[in-house]
Amino acid sequence: MNEQHDPHGPDERGYFGPYGGRFMPEALIAALDELTTVYEKASVDPEFTGEFQRLLRDYAGRPSLLTEVPRFAEHAGGARVLLKREDLNHTGSHKINNVLGQALLTKRMGKKRVIAETGAGQHGVATATACALMGLDCVVYMGEVDTQRQALNVARMRLLGAEVIPVTSGSRTLKDAINEALRDWVTNVDSTHYLLGTAAGAHPFPVMVRNFHKVIGIEARQQVLDLTGRLPDAVAACVGGGSNAIGIFHGFLDDPGVRLVGLEPGGKGVDSGHHGATLTAGTPGMLHGARSYLLQDEDGQTIEAYSISAGLDYPGVGPEHSYLKDLGRAEYRSVTDAEAMAAMRLLSRTEGIIPAIESSHALAGALELGRELGPEGIVLVNLSGRGDKDMDTANSFFGLVEQGES
Amino acid sequence: MSLAELFTATREQGRAALVGYLPAGYPTAAGSKSMLRAMVDGGCDLVEVGVPYSDPVMDGPTIQAAATQALEAGFRLRDVFEVVESISSAGGRAVVMTYWNPVNRYGVDAYARDLAAAGGLGIITPDLIPDEADEWLAASTEHGLDRIFLVAPSSTEERIARTAKASSGFLYATSVMGVTGARDVVSSAAPELVRRVRAHTDLPVGVGLGVRNGAQAAELAAFADAVIVGSAFVSKVAEGEQAVADLAAELAQGVRGAAAVA
Repeated sequence: MNEQHDPHGPDERGYFGPYGGRFMPEALIAALDELTTVYEKASVDPEFTGEFQRLLRDYAGRPSLLTEVPRFAEHAGGARVLLKREDLNHTGSHKINNVLGQALLTKRMGKKRVIAETGAGQHGVATATACALMGLDCVVYMGEVDTQRQALNVARMRLLGAEVIPVTSGSRTLKDAINEALRDWVTNVDSTHYLLGTAAGAHPFPVMVRNFHKVIGIEARQQVLDLTGRLPDAVAACVGGGSNAIGIFHGFLDDPGVRLVGLEPGGKGVDSGHHGATLTAGTPGMLHGARSYLLQDEDGQTIEAYSISAGLDYPGVGPEHSYLKDLGRAEYRSVTDAEAMAAMRLLSRTEGIIPAIESSHALAGALELGRELGPEGIVLVNLSGRGDKDMDTANSFFGLVEQGES
Repeated sequence: MSLAELFTATREQGRAALVGYLPAGYPTAAGSKSMLRAMVDGGCDLVEVGVPYSDPVMDGPTIQAAATQALEAGFRLRDVFEVVESISSAGGRAVVMTYWNPVNRYGVDAYARDLAAAGGLGIITPDLIPDEADEWLAASTEHGLDRIFLVAPSSTEERIARTAKASSGFLYATSVMGVTGARDVVSSAAPELVRRVRAHTDLPVGVGLGVRNGAQAAELAAFADAVIVGSAFVSKVAEGEQAVADLAAELAQGVRGAAAVA
């Protein structure tokens, strides 16, 4: 947890190579400085780390399982496919790891109010959960488009006592939810912590969120060794902002033989212009506080992303991914809506596990990687979330329930 | 006339400068030129030409809507130089206020070069802090532009000192914690912030966020070197050039210490 001794950075200004930093209003710099200081102290304070570990174990249900999926793997060229089951965490995704860490920090800072953005609602639900647990006021900003396609998660957040504010500006998705949360933060920064849900944004968010999720990769590496006696050939994870991917990748960064593969939302195809494949098709720029790859036009205006998956529908990406891409340490590919939905159905039917559409992008990538690696290959997939929230989308896509049947 | 000369003049006259903001391309490309001209004619000592941006996180609903309208009407980044040129060639003074990504994308040095060529005097950078501004520090020096950074009530003494040191022309003090938008009451944090800034620098201090009428302008002019008005001008655009000029005239009286009675 102590990034001061972390060879993988970032530097003290929050840079991973040329990416990261703080492209933020001066009004928020004091809060970012305070957060950095409190986080750095907490990360070496046994009282904090002990409480965090206890919550991960007794509340979130860690360690999460590693599940081998042989019937699914028959479609992956016979390679072995192993799933890191973040979907089995409390609240149904990896998001709970980061949220518990930041909620504890919120209490340390003496703040009583938490704001968050959410796309699919997974981070919003996790944040509402941690706030309920710790007695914090919670406001979640969610694009209006997403409140409609993820209505179940809106209901969950409200049941947990959070206020959910639909955002009607811009593309009315995750990007605009972040804009609105930043506007709230700059107005209420004295009382409020912005509990950012991905490993993006201004320093210290990328390193802090990554470190709260590093447990995924640390557990998975040992579990794969225990099960197979060796390291995997490839690790696949979906990338929107990139928090689950950076969390699992970090367990393997120092294993040069392990390929790290991020799967971006290809939407209707990268060539169609309707996608969210930031690292595949973007260029470096600043959005939401950090320099990183970005979908932007030649004037530097953000291009709206598109994905069937609300959680990946974001035109930016965490700065560490940009650095790993440029270094060549990680590779990034895109998966279309149709490929992701096919993988979702395949895992459901072959293994009895219904994955989130976000995670289904990683599964589609694993099918491809398995076919490239052949029968000797081992692919580890971060199954970052469960698919219950996606039943409306799956129903429209597959026509699961006939009209008048329900 | 440079910003330094402007503030020397207003200080000699014992008054604050009036600074008005309007996004380029709002309501249209041509319309923004005539509206900005009306602001200058009405009494703005300096205009801030805003660059419409897709993700204006420091702006409230009024300026967000104006930026969206300008972008939907086809605003292109290079249009801002034409707008600046139309002001400077008519004897007005203009700086650009912009989020940083469009400048970064254009090329920081090229942007500075083209702005200087259009007669622009500097750039106000709401989401660029001096810590991240090495390229801009070099380009602004190279092309003779002023660098107007922001300070906020939450800024520490150390950060105010650092920001003042990196700035030229004037310092922009955000008088409240929050986004842009006209407010009924001018923040009580403003005088305290200006006092803190003056302990670190002799640079003129402009105060913005929330001013909408002559009385508020007069209140701020009592302790600030410049009164900055944005959303109120943007709102007036719908009523036409004369209304914009009238608002400028009312505010211009305000910064001279005489609150206009509407």
